[in-house]
Amino acid sequence: MKKIIYSSAVMLCSLILFLSCGDRDSENKGALASSAAEKVYVAPGEYDEFYAFISGGFSGQLSVYGIPSGRLFKVIPVFSQDAEKAWGYNEETKPMLQTSHGFVPWDDSHHPDISQTNGELDGRYVFINGNNTPRIAKIDLSVFETTEIIEIPNCAGNHSSAFVTENTEYVVAGTRFSVPIPQADISIKDYKGNFKGSLSFISVDPEDGGMDLSFQILMPGFDYDLAHPGRGASHGWMFFSTYNSEEASTLLEVNASQNDKDFIAAVNWKKAEEYIKEGKFTTMPANYAHNVYDEHTHTATSTMKKEVRVLDGSLPGLVYLLPTPKSPHGCDVDPTGEYIVGNGKLSADLTVHSFKKMISAIENEQFDGEAYGIPILKFEEVLAGTVKQAGLGPLHTEFDGKGNGYTTFFISSEVVKWKVGSWEVLDRQPCYYSVGHLMIPGGNSRKPFGKYVVAMNKITKDRYLPTGPEVTQSAQLYDITGEKMELLLDFPTIGEPHYAAGIPAELITERSRKIFNLTENKHKYAATTDADVKVVRDGKEVHVYMTMIRSHFNPDNIEGIKVGDKVYFHVTNLEQDYDVPHGISMIGANTSELLIMPGQTETFVWEPKQVGVWPFYCTDFCSALHQEMQGYVRVSPETSNLELSWGLGD
Amino acid sequence: MDRSRIFMTLAALLPLLLFVFPLWTITLEAPQYPTPLGMNIYINDFADKNPHDIKNINLMNHYVGMKYIPEAIPEFKIFPVTIIITTVLGLLLAWKAGYKWFLYWGILMVLLSAAGIYDFYLWEHDYGHDLDPKAILKFTNPDGSAMGFQPPLFGSKDILNFKAHSYPHFGALSFGLGILLAFVAYAIGRNMQKNKIK
Repeated sequence: MKKIIYSSAVMLCSLILFLSCGDRDSENKGALASSAAEKVYVAPGEYDEFYAFISGGFSGQLSVYGIPSGRLFKVIPVFSQDAEKAWGYNEETKPMLQTSHGFVPWDDSHHPDISQTNGELDGRYVFINGNNTPRIAKIDLSVFETTEIIEIPNCAGNHSSAFVTENTEYVVAGTRFSVPIPQADISIKDYKGNFKGSLSFISVDPEDGGMDLSFQILMPGFDYDLAHPGRGASHGWMFFSTYNSEEASTLLEVNASQNDKDFIAAVNWKKAEEYIKEGKFTTMPANYAHNVYDEHTHTATSTMKKEVRVLDGSLPGLVYLLPTPKSPHGCDVDPTGEYIVGNGKLSADLTVHSFKKMISAIENEQFDGEAYGIPILKFEEVLAGTVKQAGLGPLHTEFDGKGNGYTTFFISSEVVKWKVGSWEVLDRQPCYYSVGHLMIPGGNSRKPFGKYVVAMNKITKDRYLPTGPEVTQSAQLYDITGEKMELLLDFPTIGEPHYAAGIPAELITERSRKIFNLTENKHKYAATTDADVKVVRDGKEVHVYMTMIRSHFNPDNIEGIKVGDKVYFHVTNLEQDYDVPHGISMIGANTSELLIMPGQTETFVWEPKQVGVWPFYCTDFCSALHQEMQGYVRVSPETSNLELSWGLGD
Repeated sequence: MDRSRIFMTLAALLPLLLFVFPLWTITLEAPQYPTPLGMNIYINDFADKNPHDIKNINLMNHYVGMKYIPEAIPEFKIFPVTIIITTVLGLLLAWKAGYKWFLYWGILMVLLSAAGIYDFYLWEHDYGHDLDPKAILKFTNPDGSAMGFQPPLFGSKDILNFKAHSYPHFGALSFGLGILLAFVAYAIGRNMQKNKIK
């Protein structure tokens, strides 16, 4: 108890100290204020230098911003239904949200990571984790749409994800909650020794990007928090931070904060590949969804997979534990791959491990015991250095590629710049308020573009005009080209952003698609010309093969629909011009509108319950005759003998 | 072979480039089209400048009641045959005939191109004026007559929200250069003849 009082007092004192530092800095800001405006100004019609993919947090989505302007371009629906884009509402994308628990319309998306080739950003895909119902999604950056989601079995709270290896060989997942593996009806009190963690390696096909759960490593029942890949010399390793090495199952805020050190787990995935080749895995029964959206059929399919290959974490040479003080949160690797930073979130210090020292400690068997058969390396033998008293509550570190690290401190609410190698603090700037993750474009790669830091804050308070009790989320942009960081801009974000990934715009814009080619449309119910238009009855099911082009639907008059029918509107946008989507919505339909891109086909279901003549219309202002883009469906009583008929312009 | 025959051979061959390059090009600029819409006119085809341009021109034009740009017109059959015949003729002349024939060939080509341009004008006029009476948008000139939407034959012109540009492309330029070379071949031939007489 005394200890707690003492440390609280230290924290408070430091807080006051840092706050007063902040005040001094803001006084100096005046002279720079005008140039800050110029640095973030992107003139009308001009482009931003970088894309920033900022996680949507509890919105479950991924947002796309321009940097340095901080302008929002798009919210890409990933794990949550989005009525605006019919994501999870239309028949084509419903399978994307299927899981072993059935249809899950929401998740908590945390950590986007851009695909890499030779350790550098290649701009093909963004991967992002679903934290709650463990999943990994892949967003194809030629279309900025989610094209694949894979569920992770034997996992609960997929937090240490979705980070990619140097050549996107794998994207990883880890379990934040340890759980019985396989799941079992046992007492929560029996946690210790019975609950396990799992680290999953999902392979990514180098050609088509297809994901496959290659193998899982069974680990002790800790909480696996964050991860980052080795690169350069440490390529072939993945580093996961852990907390709750106490294996507590209740009141974790106290019970998981008792050990002075938890671990960073260093996983040799090349070794794991060898073990898999040698057949040293067990095949566990499992049940997990693999959902793939096909660009040509414009339709997703969901497949349930039934088994997974599992390696035991105690296999020799597979995993080593690096003791790391104070419940490390972020686990970050510098651009050279030599330094692994443990951000001990209950500490004022940063612990930096050396990959070279780690390898020599392994070779010399400098162990300090083991945990469930996994060797624990001696702390002193792997430690490269400590960034001392840098702030309070370090969470995450990124690198600028010029020999500097930038770490966020949640409690003291600041970004601190420090020198890699000498571990000295070079600069600190306040964040408003309580920063979580930060992002430098390419900051998790061999080649960072060290021009800006985006800090994503957990608390907003008074930074913007108030909007009632719930205020916007807030990010802040700093210029890091000088010796001192300079705050340039506040901008609001969606959800609660966790991690983000930034990339120079030119790595993406060249490949960005403008339309889908009608000639490549392989949708089962597509009507790619007006000759394909028809209405077909199959019992109570009616399929409408409809087209849309400026400024009409074909057909726009339909009769012969009856109460109790299930009417599928399969609507194809015949446009082949950039930025001419059309929408469609039907009065009383128990679903969202459709927003259909040129060349694409989408489907919504309407189950008419009332006799009458009911209109539908285009929801996206498409042309000068947009208001004329409408139609009617006549609904007759269930007993009616009226035959189906349809037409346009008679 | 003397120089005038070399020039005449080149003159006869140059129009063949019409099978490679467009004859004419029409471009439509508007604020909503940061990449302008465009159509390249070949002697045997109407082609998109960028994918789907003609489809999008048709979509625009249907608002004012203009007909769709046809997939094929009779000229696509007549023009290529004419070019092949005149080239063969030109080569025969270059091989055997006297220099005066080079002049006649050149004049023939001028007449043919005048006919072609007149034909193009007629089509353009019809395309710009023969409007669907049920057109969605009907515009009138200040004098009350129905507004036409004929693209310029040569040059640039504002048509409602579009700025239309119509210019010859490499095909037409090669054709023109061919005619010029025929005249040069004639001139060289005449000079050589004069010198011989002296």
